[in-house]
Amino acid sequence: MARQSPNLETAPVVQRLRIRYAKRGRLCFTSHRDFARAFERALRRANVPMAFSAGFSQHPKISYVGAAPTGVASEAEYVEIGLTEPRDADEVRKGLDDALPPGLDILEVVPAPEGSFADLINTSAWRIELPDIAPSDAEEAMKVFLAAETVPVERLTKKGRRELDARAAVQYAAVTQGNAAGNVAGSASASPRLERYAIIEVVVQHTTPVVRPDDVLTGLRLVAQLTSKVPARAMRIAQGALQAPEAGAAATSPIESWIRDPLALTGRT
Amino acid sequence: MESVFPQLEPLLAQVNKPIQYVGGELNATVKDWETSTVRWALMYPDAYEVGLPNQGVQILYEILNEQPDVLAERTYAVWSDLEALMREHNVPQFTVDAHRPVGAFDVLGLSFATELGYTNMLTALDLSGIPLLAVDRDDSHPIVLAGGHAAFNPEPIADFIDAAVLGDGEEAVLEMTAVIRQWKSEGCPGGRDEVLLRLAKTEAVYVPRFYDVEYLSDGRIKRVVPNRADVPFRIHKRTTMDLDAWPYPKKPLVPMAETVHERASVEIFRGCTRGCRFCQAGMITRPVRERSITGIGEMVETSLRSTGFEEIGLLSLSSADHSEIAEVTKGLADRYEDEKVSLSLPSTRVDAFNIDLANELARGGRRSGLTFAPEGGSERLRRVINKMVSKEDLIRTVTAAYASGWRQVKLYFMCGLPTETDEDVLEIAEMAHDVIRAGRAAGNRDVRCTVSIGAFVPKPHTPFQWAAQEDADVVDARLKLLREAINADRSLGRQIGYRYHDGKPSVIEGLLSRGDRRVGAVIRAVWEDGGRFDGWHEHFSYERWVQAAERALEPLGVSLAWFTTREREELEVLPWDHLDSGLDREWLWQDWQEALSEQELDDCRWTPCFDCGVCPGMGTEIQIGPTGAKLLPLSVV
Repeated sequence: MARQSPNLETAPVVQRLRIRYAKRGRLCFTSHRDFARAFERALRRANVPMAFSAGFSQHPKISYVGAAPTGVASEAEYVEIGLTEPRDADEVRKGLDDALPPGLDILEVVPAPEGSFADLINTSAWRIELPDIAPSDAEEAMKVFLAAETVPVERLTKKGRRELDARAAVQYAAVTQGNAAGNVAGSASASPRLERYAIIEVVVQHTTPVVRPDDVLTGLRLVAQLTSKVPARAMRIAQGALQAPEAGAAATSPIESWIRDPLALTGRT
Repeated sequence: MESVFPQLEPLLAQVNKPIQYVGGELNATVKDWETSTVRWALMYPDAYEVGLPNQGVQILYEILNEQPDVLAERTYAVWSDLEALMREHNVPQFTVDAHRPVGAFDVLGLSFATELGYTNMLTALDLSGIPLLAVDRDDSHPIVLAGGHAAFNPEPIADFIDAAVLGDGEEAVLEMTAVIRQWKSEGCPGGRDEVLLRLAKTEAVYVPRFYDVEYLSDGRIKRVVPNRADVPFRIHKRTTMDLDAWPYPKKPLVPMAETVHERASVEIFRGCTRGCRFCQAGMITRPVRERSITGIGEMVETSLRSTGFEEIGLLSLSSADHSEIAEVTKGLADRYEDEKVSLSLPSTRVDAFNIDLANELARGGRRSGLTFAPEGGSERLRRVINKMVSKEDLIRTVTAAYASGWRQVKLYFMCGLPTETDEDVLEIAEMAHDVIRAGRAAGNRDVRCTVSIGAFVPKPHTPFQWAAQEDADVVDARLKLLREAINADRSLGRQIGYRYHDGKPSVIEGLLSRGDRRVGAVIRAVWEDGGRFDGWHEHFSYERWVQAAERALEPLGVSLAWFTTREREELEVLPWDHLDSGLDREWLWQDWQEALSEQELDDCRWTPCFDCGVCPGMGTEIQIGPTGAKLLPLSVV
């Protein structure tokens, strides 16, 4: 039964787990609020011994870290939870993954060391697909964008119009050619390369307000008149601390080398 | 059948709350199209957030999908932002499960809990490429089937549907599936007409095209008769007996999107014989059939485990009336003592017993609010509607509630009930004042009371089916008087909240509830003029309905007022007389007369049968406990 009395003596947190999950396919349309609700239900269904906050209205101890926008897929979303009993990280991973619908997939669970999780995450790598843009056009546009001092863009938020600089946050960008399979996440398929299918990869630091993939696209439209009739598709491929690749190697490094894996320090079990 | 998702996906980035269109809920089912022989699209004709939690749809979805060769998918009304984009990009109405086009299914089954979903049905038909009028459809189109409480008078939508089914759906959908399966296996002989005829012959499916309505010169109906020899004169409602044999939904759907009910629901009994004369649900779902205490216990456990919901609702029309409700609530409270699970018991009566139950449900926890529904303001009016609760009972009950720590009491009423006067409604203010005084007397100075009131709509198959609906202006004037009376005493009024629904939408609901086939043209005109989501205050346009009604009805010598504020005489043929809810027409008339003479009627569960006609007519009987069983603690796995 709901024990809703002002509970001042809650069971303490004995273990914290850091979780990486993906938002895939049609469930990319899950908003952060939707995910939070589904995740709390999944914790119950998976019998994870959650710690709760004290007080009248108790909440399970869950810290979410910067969620991807609604409609944007992600391979690198992170959340940290507090447990009242220690659990095997991989069993929690399996239990939670089974308790969530396919498309919200728990990829990795590791015990957390001391320290703030949020401090380990300040940068994202995004992949933006432009199905009707020639890669060479995208590359030209990106050059203009990177050469600009600032690229002010406006975004409509709940608080009204907000102006932000799309350029300052961008640390790195590369343009490649998409293939006929149309998908990007780890698609090593042999589909033929498409003439008009540009893929832009960008490394973006988390500023306030945060610069999103659509802000980069707005910037490309404003400074280089890059426009697309087909809506772009975006995906977060990595999230973590910014690290510059070794000197001289930047141009050829895979985009992931710009991001330090936030679960790497914790010593995976 | 191809998914339309690739065409839909780019549109979703441009609409509000796209998650409601993507499906993929936990416990959803996607089956193979090719190997299924009978394919149902089930629609709740309102927004996803309202439609998804609907129990009826979830029950039928699961029952149909359990059949190896049957496939059932769900579809909901799309909001106007997506509707416009779908029209622009030629994307058809789709199911959320596999995003298949609704027009490709064998049956489109719509569940109408309220008549205000009719315009949304037209949107769905149109987006599906299904002709709006049933006569224009051919063998390639789904059978458009209406169910739910509003289907007990489907005449206003008779032009748009191919068939309607009355009553409980569990067995009906399987029987209809069997008829369609057989017809398809024979190579669809005789086409659409033949399969509808086969369904009509079961006497459980109403096919409007097989019946002609003739009118008198004054606009009343002369008669409704079959236009072919091989269909029955009357169609009978279906009743599912033995609820324990139908423990559905076993795996409730868990949506990603936020919906109106964030809980799992377990239906603890069906039907109600309290006999409230305004209540269509209570009249058309008789007799009372209880789920056993052990059956309830199993469903609660399965639902919690398969969903992860934090709340369980014990549903019925009057949940405290279950013969073992005390054992059920105590058993569940004990069982889930250590889990963060709460139980809710909607629809309870005004009596001290319910305070005990409520205390049990909130054991040791915070006590926020209790809801009671006296429905009528004065004792006289409560005798008319047969909702027997005295003011003394109410005050005694709320005093007990405040004394055991509850802070807020919500009271539900209706305005515009038959024989009602201003004085009847003004007594609500006195009642609310006394409720606050009772709280103060119980030593709690910051209690609150909320009065919630809406306009009464007379419904088919009730003793009030003959009654004149009150004029919207009269209703609105009374609602205003009541507000003034509540606030006449500032010190008491400050602690009383007042919520009301104005009378106009109820007039349209009245037209759609008691209308006949001539009302179809009104619905169509409203829809063509942009009418959508009429159950939503912000989308409903009274003027649009009034204008459409003037244009469509007045040339026929009838009107909006004729359908709503006109009292009917005993022998007038009512549009739904050929649809059998089991209630004896003479008994209904007698109960109407007793209402007018302010006579109460008991509940047949505890007193001798008063011959409403349902049990003998339908071959059913009251099924109630106690069973004497107990809910034991669950063994640890």
